[in-house]
Amino acid sequence: MSEQSNTRGERMKDFNLVIAGVGGQGILTLANIIAEAALMEGLDVKTSELHGLSQRGGPIPCHVRFGKKIYSSVIMQGEANLVVGLEPLEALRAAYFGSKERKTAFVLDTWRIVPSSILTQKEAYPSVKEIESKLKDFSSKSIALNASGVAKKEAESVVYTNVYLLGYCVGKKLIPLQKSSIIEAMKKIIPEKYFEMNRKIFELGMKKS
Amino acid sequence: MSSVLSSKAGDKAILLGNEAIVRGALESGVGFASSYPGTPASEIGDTFAAVAKKAGIYFEYSVNEKVALEVAVGAALSGVRSLVSFKHFGLNVASDSFFPVMYAGVKAGLVVVVADDPNCWSSGQSEQDSRYYARIAHVPMLEPSDSEECKEFTKLAFELSEKFKIPILIRLTTRVSHTKGIVKLGEMKKGKTKGEFDRHSIRFRSFPPQILETHKELHEKLRKIREISERSEMNLILNEYKKAETGIITFGASFNYVMDSLSILGLNWPVLKLGITYPFPEQTIKKFIRDLKIVFVVEELEDVVEEKVRELAKDANPKIKISGKDFLPASGELNVEKVLTALMKISGRKIKFDLGKHSAEFNKLKIPARKPMLCPGCPHRATFYAAKVAAGPNAIYGGDIGCYVLGVFPPLETQDFIFSMGANVGIVHGMKKVSASNRKAIIFLGDSTFFHAGMPGLINILYNKSNPLVIILDNRITAMTGHQPNPSMGKTGMGETVEEISIENVMKGFGVKNVKTVDPFNVKEMIASIKEFLDKNEPSVIVAKRECRLLTVRRARKEGIKLPVFEIDQKKCKKNGICLEQIGCPAITKENGTYKIEKDLCNGCSLCFQICPNKAILVVKE
Repeated sequence: MSEQSNTRGERMKDFNLVIAGVGGQGILTLANIIAEAALMEGLDVKTSELHGLSQRGGPIPCHVRFGKKIYSSVIMQGEANLVVGLEPLEALRAAYFGSKERKTAFVLDTWRIVPSSILTQKEAYPSVKEIESKLKDFSSKSIALNASGVAKKEAESVVYTNVYLLGYCVGKKLIPLQKSSIIEAMKKIIPEKYFEMNRKIFELGMKKS
Repeated sequence: MSSVLSSKAGDKAILLGNEAIVRGALESGVGFASSYPGTPASEIGDTFAAVAKKAGIYFEYSVNEKVALEVAVGAALSGVRSLVSFKHFGLNVASDSFFPVMYAGVKAGLVVVVADDPNCWSSGQSEQDSRYYARIAHVPMLEPSDSEECKEFTKLAFELSEKFKIPILIRLTTRVSHTKGIVKLGEMKKGKTKGEFDRHSIRFRSFPPQILETHKELHEKLRKIREISERSEMNLILNEYKKAETGIITFGASFNYVMDSLSILGLNWPVLKLGITYPFPEQTIKKFIRDLKIVFVVEELEDVVEEKVRELAKDANPKIKISGKDFLPASGELNVEKVLTALMKISGRKIKFDLGKHSAEFNKLKIPARKPMLCPGCPHRATFYAAKVAAGPNAIYGGDIGCYVLGVFPPLETQDFIFSMGANVGIVHGMKKVSASNRKAIIFLGDSTFFHAGMPGLINILYNKSNPLVIILDNRITAMTGHQPNPSMGKTGMGETVEEISIENVMKGFGVKNVKTVDPFNVKEMIASIKEFLDKNEPSVIVAKRECRLLTVRRARKEGIKLPVFEIDQKKCKKNGICLEQIGCPAITKENGTYKIEKDLCNGCSLCFQICPNKAILVVKE
C-alpha cells in the first residue's frame, strides 16, 4: 500500500484515484479494471460514477478508492494520490482533488476536446503547458503524454488511450497494485476480442514509464 | 452486469448499488420485474433486462412508472414476487395507484425501489426527497448505504413484504445507486414465475366502508413492523455510547461521510445508523439519545429524521441539544467536506489541511465549464436548427424531458420551459388559449415521452381545440437513460421483437389531419414542413424520425461500415461561423480565427455541410 505522508497523520492509507475525462473515453472501463484488481489483492474498494444527463458531453469524474475499509466512494478535496486525465481541461478540473500536501501525481493525455460552450461564449481553452503550470499548486508532479497519439497510431483508435495511461501509471508505480492483478482484471473486464490490443497498448504505456 | 448472475454464492463481486438490488431480488426468488428508465435508477431495469431470460424470470420496460407499478402489483396479487423500480419523479407518476395498493396489500412480496437524485446530477426538475412518501403512503422504508446493503436490504424487504402482505419501499440516492462496491453473494433462489389471481378475495376491491377497515389494518401492520425495526440489526449503534456526550444519527450515503469524518478527526462518537427509516424505531432512538448532551442528525435534503428526533426528545431527553440543518445544507448532496466541517464546529477539533483555502485556490483557476450537450451528429440538433429557422425568434418552444432537454443551452435554446414528462403539451395548449396573437408554438416530445405522458395532453389539444405544432423527436430509442427500448421501436425489455407502434398512425387515429414523418437530416424538407404546419389552424404533428446517432455509430463500427466524416475547406471558408455559432456541434472548433472539424469527434450527420452558405464543408476523402 501507499505509505505517502498525508495532511493529518492518523489514517489515509487508502489509495485515492480520480479518473477525469469526457463521456465516451473509457473512464468507467478503466475504473472497473482497477477496482477488480484491488479486489483480487484482497482490498476493499469503491468506485463512484455518474450516469445520465451528466454523461452527454459533460465532464465525467470517476473516483476509485481502495484500502482496508472504504466508506465514502467520493474523494475529498486535496486527497487524491493520483489523477489520470484523459482530457487536459478535465485533468485541470480535477485539481480540486489534488494537493501538494498529499503529493498528488497527475498523468494526463494531451488531446484536447474543446467544449463548444467555450467557443460560443468566447472563453479560452488553456494550452497544455498552462494547464501543467496551474497544476503545480495542486500536485507534486504532473506528466503530460501523447497517449492518444500512440493509441491512434498503434491501434487506429483513441479508445485505447485509457489503457496506455494505465500501463504508464502501473509502470511508474503510481498505482500500488501488481501488474499481474491488473492484467487479470483486464481479462475479466475487457471483451475477449479486444483484449490483445488492449494488452499491447497497456505494455507500450509500461515501456514508456 | 454479467456478474450479477454468473457469480456463485460465497463469491465476492463488485456491483453497482443498482445491480446489487437485482442480485438481492434474485436471491429472494423474484419472478417478475418492471421499470420505466430514469437516472439514477436506470441500471436496475437494465440489469434485469440483461439477466431476465437466463434467470428464467419476466422483465418489462413499461410505458411509464404508473403502469410499471401496476403490472408489478398484478403479478404480486397473483402470487409472484415482484420488484418495480424508477427514479424519484417516477414515484410521483405512480403515486395514484401506490396509495390504494398500500391499503389493499399484496399476496406475494412486492418491493418498490425509488432512487432520489440530490444535487440533480441527472434530474433537472427538482431535488425531491421521496422519504416523505413513506409517511403519506404508509409504506415501510429501507435505506441502504452501499452495494452490500442494497442486496441485503432487498432480501429483507421481500421478507417483510411477504410476512405483512404489503409493499415495501427501498429508497436509494445517486451515490448509493452509482457507487460500485464489494458484495458477498448468497444463494440464488428460484421463485414462482406463474400464479393466478383469486377473484373471490374481496380485500382488493377498494371501496368504502371496507377501505376504513384496511386503513386500520395498515396502521396495525406498521405498528408490528415498528416492533421488528426496534430489534432489527438494520438499525445499529457503532462505537461505545454508554458514557458518550455527543452522538450521531444517520443513514444511507450520509453514513459513509460520517464514518470518514469521525476517522479523520480521531473521534469515536457513537453513531446510530438507521436502516429501516419508516416506521421510525422510536424506542431505539429514545434509548440512544437518553443520556447524550448533544445529538447530531446527519441527513441529506430535508430534515425528516431531525424533526422526528425533536419530537421524541421532548419525552426522552428534553435538555438535549439537537443539531442537524443548523450545520448542514438542506439542498445539494452531502459529502465528507460538509460533514467534516460541521463536526469540526461541534467538536472543536481541527485538521491541518485548510479546506477553505484549498477551495479558494481552486476557484481562482476559473476553469471554463464543460456543459452537457447533444452529441455530435445528434438528430435533435438538426430538428432544433430547422425549427428556429422556420419559426423564428418569437415562437414558443416547449421543452420536455429527454436528451432533447439539452436544447436548453445556447446556441439552440429551444426549451423555453421544462417541468415534467409530457407537461409541455398541456402548458402550450394553455398558452395558446390565452394568447391574443395566435402565437406560433412548437411542442417538442421524445418518442418515449410521447408514450409515457404525451398522449392525454395531445387528445386534449384536439378535443379542446388549439393549433400548436407537435414535433415528436423519434430517435428510435429511450436515449438519455442509456438506450432502453420503447413501444415505437418494436423491441421489448426481454429483447423480443414485437410490432412497432407507429406514432404517425396513433396521431392519425386520434384524428390529427396534418401528420408527416420527416428525416431531420433532410434540413430543407424539415424547414419547409415546419413552416407549412405552423400556418395551419388545426393542430399538426411532425415525426422527426432518425435513429440516435450513438446507435448508428456503434452499429457502423460493429459492421465495419465507415460513416462519412466532414472537413472544412479553408480556401472556401468565409469564416461566417454559422456552423459553430448556430448549431453548437462539439466536433466543430475554432482556433486563432480558423474553423475546424475534429475528425475523431465528427459523426457524419451532414448538418453543417447542408447549412454552410459557402459550400465550404466537404466529405473527407479517404
